[in-house]
Amino acid sequence: MTSIKPTSRVIIVVASLILVAGFFVPLWQILMWAPQYPEGLEMDIWYNDITGDVKIISALNHYIGMKHIEVGMFPEFQYIVYIIWFLIGFGLLVAISGKRFMVWLNAGVLLITGAAALIDFYLWGYEYGHSLDPTAAIIVPGMSYQPPLIGTKVLLNFTAFSGPDLGGWFFVIAFCLVILVIILERFFFNWKKT
Amino acid sequence: MKRKTIYRSLFLFGTLALVSILFQLCKPKGPAEVTTGNAASQAYVAPGKYDEFYNFVSGGFNGQMNVYGLPSGRLFRIIPVFSEDPTSGYGFSEETKPMLNTSHGYVPWDDLHHPALSTTNGEHDGRWVFGNANNTPRVARIDLKTFRTAEIIELPNSGGNHSSPFITENTEYVVAGTRFSVPMGDKTDVPISTYKENFKGTISFISVGKEDGKMKIAFQIKTPGVNFDLARAGKGPSHGWFFFSCYNTEQAYTLLEVNSTQKDKDFIMAVNWKKAEEYLAAGKGEKAKAKYVHNWYDEKTHTATSEMLNEVMQLDPTVLKDMVYFIPCPKSPHGCDTDPSGEYIVGSGKLAALIPVFSFTKIQQAIASKEFEGDFGGIPVIKYEAALHGEVKKPGLGPLHTEFDANGNAYTSFFVSSEIVKWNVKSLEVLDRVPTYYSIGHLCVPGGPTRKPHGKYVIAYNKITKDRYLSTGPELTQSAQLYDISGDKMKLILDFPTTGEPHYAEAIPASLVMPNSVKIFKIEDNNHPYVAKGESKTNVERKGNQVHISMTAIRSHLTPDNIEGVKLGDEVYFHVTNLEQDWDVPHGFAIKGANNAELLIMPGETQTLKWKPLTTGVFPFYCTDFCSALHQEMQGYIRVSPANSNIPIKFSTGKTEAPAGATGSK
Repeated sequence: MTSIKPTSRVIIVVASLILVAGFFVPLWQILMWAPQYPEGLEMDIWYNDITGDVKIISALNHYIGMKHIEVGMFPEFQYIVYIIWFLIGFGLLVAISGKRFMVWLNAGVLLITGAAALIDFYLWGYEYGHSLDPTAAIIVPGMSYQPPLIGTKVLLNFTAFSGPDLGGWFFVIAFCLVILVIILERFFFNWKKT
Repeated sequence: MKRKTIYRSLFLFGTLALVSILFQLCKPKGPAEVTTGNAASQAYVAPGKYDEFYNFVSGGFNGQMNVYGLPSGRLFRIIPVFSEDPTSGYGFSEETKPMLNTSHGYVPWDDLHHPALSTTNGEHDGRWVFGNANNTPRVARIDLKTFRTAEIIELPNSGGNHSSPFITENTEYVVAGTRFSVPMGDKTDVPISTYKENFKGTISFISVGKEDGKMKIAFQIKTPGVNFDLARAGKGPSHGWFFFSCYNTEQAYTLLEVNSTQKDKDFIMAVNWKKAEEYLAAGKGEKAKAKYVHNWYDEKTHTATSEMLNEVMQLDPTVLKDMVYFIPCPKSPHGCDTDPSGEYIVGSGKLAALIPVFSFTKIQQAIASKEFEGDFGGIPVIKYEAALHGEVKKPGLGPLHTEFDANGNAYTSFFVSSEIVKWNVKSLEVLDRVPTYYSIGHLCVPGGPTRKPHGKYVIAYNKITKDRYLSTGPELTQSAQLYDISGDKMKLILDFPTTGEPHYAEAIPASLVMPNSVKIFKIEDNNHPYVAKGESKTNVERKGNQVHISMTAIRSHLTPDNIEGVKLGDEVYFHVTNLEQDWDVPHGFAIKGANNAELLIMPGETQTLKWKPLTTGVFPFYCTDFCSALHQEMQGYIRVSPANSNIPIKFSTGKTEAPAGATGSK
């Protein structure tokens, strides 16, 4: 078992603690524009909350039969916080143990969590966009309103954008830092040995 | 190896950072601002020059009719119609109070949604503009010689006069369709849940005097209980027919937002009013008891009269056949507009994802060959396909209203997608679209609803203003946009604020209106009972506890300006005649503590302010309209003495006397 260098340990600790910042900033954002909303509408997804113009968005969407967005429709919020604390703890454990394979494991765990979050978000978006009230005032035949996973999509009179917010970028940075450690360990710190 | 890897790693992270930055930058910025080339010069009307069109814009919840110039977007006048106006004294002066009388008593406010300019042979003639009161159902006629409300008629058996005041080709009739169906007749105290059984709609046809414009409810057609929304008369080949959009054919009486939007199709109701006239002439109408008022303003006496009427003629289409038909129309139709040729009827389902266009010829064929899919409330329903000319596919979201140009094109407003879409009436092909700021309701093309549209512009009257102008707190002005439609592409040339909440508007060439505009009222024609046609005719007269003051106003004094002998408990009537006979020299009149408003008196006119003093003392009155260099000198006093005093009536102007009761020095 190869141990990692102290620099790497520090980077891993930073990568773990960066996730703490995610408690103070939103993870993901959905932005919407329409001709009559030139200033745009914003919805921010946090580890365990949804904020922004949620009420306005829900009020608009109810005409086409979409559900009211509320915290209760995300059971994930119940346990996402624990997952984050686990990721942080696991990162610290990696730093303490200092084992190289643990770094790989850390990268894997982060990747899987990120991917799972995206899949979960996609599934929610699919359900939200497709499960429409059949008694809605406006029914456009063949139209569904799934928000974009990442990027921009035009939905009737709205242009919707979906992408990571600060917290999401922190997550990306955390993952990148772990990858950086792997690169450093593989090619630089131990290059003499290889 | 090492160096290469460093570069590679740097490159990897650099790319990652760049991608994430680009990703953030690539977020859409929202709709782009419209830039326009020589727009300013197109909407510019040089100082001292006139606008090409008058734009009569409904005031919505201000209850008035607003007059703008086009293309400048300048506001010229707010004509008081259904709401009192302290500025002019409309609804406050004794002469105008009867105008706002209804079967519910004096109603100081209403909601005016749609103007309709009078037409001859389907073209604007510039004589009158009609307006509807949406809340307490009424129709008003405004005389375009004076730009004043000349007449108001109330509508019995109506609950919310929205589908109004659209007119027939030669202004034979102004219609009034009820928005709310209501229980009527003797049985009006019924449970709301008995809507289907007890609630009925009515469409009133108000005849308009050929010369004097006098309005009279010629007949009402009883209909099943639904909500009538808008209407248009047929023209040319379809003259003799009228088309009404109706929604809530679900007959819901609660949470209409959900319960009235369930059916895929509601109806356009086609009424053969020539047939109705035949039935009426044949004595097939039924007189029904009703209580409604008819108010009119006499320009000679400068006084309004309110008359209570007690019956109305009704026609029942379930008994009188071949008069009324329903045509299915997708999802809660709002606008129902006939094109200049009179052949096409455009139904705008406000929740529909397409615009159906019906053909008058096909409707006639369908009726002749009885292509009915059933009946609704005893009235035949024509098969949708049998009446349909075609559908405009994917035009936009939330179509509301359609106006036309002279080249066979239609312009439809879309509330939800906030745009105007231009399409060809025959080919049903979408030609162009422009955004509006924001969420357009009605739109107007000069002459758009007539047989000969003038085209040139389309104006968007929007429901949402937001950031278009300097902010004024939570309550904002309304926003309108003027687009040039002379080319293939619609072009935004002006953004202008509007007052009240404009719904529909019509525009007419200034040349049809301005030459007839009255400048003064002739004093010799003034038949007001308390007119003083000269200062020598002024008078103060006691009639019991009423004191009538016939006063004159001329630059720069009021006669009399010293009045005594009024006692506490008296009702004082200031009948003020403006003796000026020169254009644009109104005088105003106000007195301290009056519990109503001012008078604004045009040259040659007499208006009356009622004043009931509550304390003794001397009260000043003055002219409120800056009339001359010595306007500030145009003032007077009235003395109020205790009820039991024996001060005689005394009045004068320019008379100075030794102080009464002065006894000299001892």
